[in-house]
Amino acid sequence: MRMSRLDKQATVARPGYSRWLIPPAALAVHLSIGQVYAFSVFKNSLVASFDTSLTAIGWVFSLAIVMLGLSAAVLGTWVERSGPRKAMLAAALCWGTGFLVGAAGIATSQLWLLYLGYGVIGGIGLGIGYISPVSTLIKWFPDRPGLATGMAIMGFGGGALIASPLSNKLMSVFDPDFVPTEPGAVASSSALAQTFVTLGIIYTAFMLAGAALVRVPPGHGDDRTAEHSPGTNGALVRATEAIRTPQFWLLWVVLFCNVTAGIGILEQAAPMIQDFFREDGNSSISAAAAGGFVGVLSLANMTGRFVWSSLSDRIGRKPTYVMYLGVGLVLYLLLALFGSSSTVVFVGLAAVIISFYGGGFATVPAYLKDLFGTLEVGAIHGRLLTAWAAAGVAGPLIVNGILDSVGEPGNLVAADYRPALLTMVGVLAVGFVANLMIKPVSEDHFDHDAHALNEDRISARQEATR
Amino acid sequence: MSTTDETPTSPVLVGLAWLMVGIPLAYGLWQTLVKASALFTG
Repeated sequence: MRMSRLDKQATVARPGYSRWLIPPAALAVHLSIGQVYAFSVFKNSLVASFDTSLTAIGWVFSLAIVMLGLSAAVLGTWVERSGPRKAMLAAALCWGTGFLVGAAGIATSQLWLLYLGYGVIGGIGLGIGYISPVSTLIKWFPDRPGLATGMAIMGFGGGALIASPLSNKLMSVFDPDFVPTEPGAVASSSALAQTFVTLGIIYTAFMLAGAALVRVPPGHGDDRTAEHSPGTNGALVRATEAIRTPQFWLLWVVLFCNVTAGIGILEQAAPMIQDFFREDGNSSISAAAAGGFVGVLSLANMTGRFVWSSLSDRIGRKPTYVMYLGVGLVLYLLLALFGSSSTVVFVGLAAVIISFYGGGFATVPAYLKDLFGTLEVGAIHGRLLTAWAAAGVAGPLIVNGILDSVGEPGNLVAADYRPALLTMVGVLAVGFVANLMIKPVSEDHFDHDAHALNEDRISARQEATR
Repeated sequence: MSTTDETPTSPVLVGLAWLMVGIPLAYGLWQTLVKASALFTG
């Protein structure tokens, strides 16, 4: 059978290929798909363009995140078997096509096309793109999996930092009347559509550059003959078996709780800081300063992904999650009780909490590697990301539900946030206990054939190098 | 595909690859720092 340049075997690195080319390849993908967290820059303009509600436009983002979780879960095994280049190409095409179909929807005032394009097709691109470099990075950096995946997943946080100013710039170029700094400013439909087309082309090209650069390590062209790194107790577990273990579902709960709690702050960041420092109906925090707070949180989110995930290589995955959830719980409590004492305290606490939120995403692939080994770690990671999709729905529902019962964000005071924040303390406590319950995977779940073959390969290699 | 070529990757290529992702990331970081500074000045 003829081998395509996209096949996994065709992407095996030649001896001497630098492993330091793999993180930029991964970053090219993650910086592109991280745009999804900057979707809110289009909200006002899209509402005006389609003459619809904020909720109707909000569904575009929610749909994309749900499709991210679903496609990562369903296509994880395909990504693992096909290799990173084919997966990155598929992600680039889906993500780019999503923007183009979305642009067609904006240009023709067909909202369903925006749902289909950005939400569904783009969302599938998000899921494939997110997991596409993860297992490859772990295989290239078996000594520092937390550092490697932290670098890539940091890119997902960084993507929003780039996309937000870039999108505003593009919209103001295509619509000179659009001034992004003016409150309530909206770009024309034509400018929006042209911005979507431009972003689609830029992101496709950028992701294709990553696909061209990526390689699998020598010896990893075929999973059946590759030497895999086992988990800490020698585990090599397939994805279909991993989801039958309590460890997978405990980690699912851990990720779900960590993401839910983080979203509690991220979702309401700007109105929240103004409400916390409101007296007699007036907030001492200006709208510009509140926007600055959102920027601080974005930086903390991105930094936490790299710093905490790298730290996990030194202190271990379980203690790292004890920190995210245990220290996070205490910080959340302090925020609820003393957050309104000063802006420095409020911003400092919120920034550390959000850095733990980002760290939770970045450290989880290395945790999976420790538990299940590298045999199908990408596919297992894909299935675990359903926790993200679920938290993306649950987090805002919990926070908005509780806040709606006391008033409207923008008119609340610090005490009104306490029930929501204390609920998140409870959510983190559940995650904390789930993490403590995670033990090494039982041998009953190992793929014994793969394990025996792997042992033979390791022995043969050690013999050859002796 | 060559499996016998043992030439190490050129450091220039590694540098260019990091620049490809580093430049946009630095742009995003800078823009965000400017925005974040409003918290302390605004």
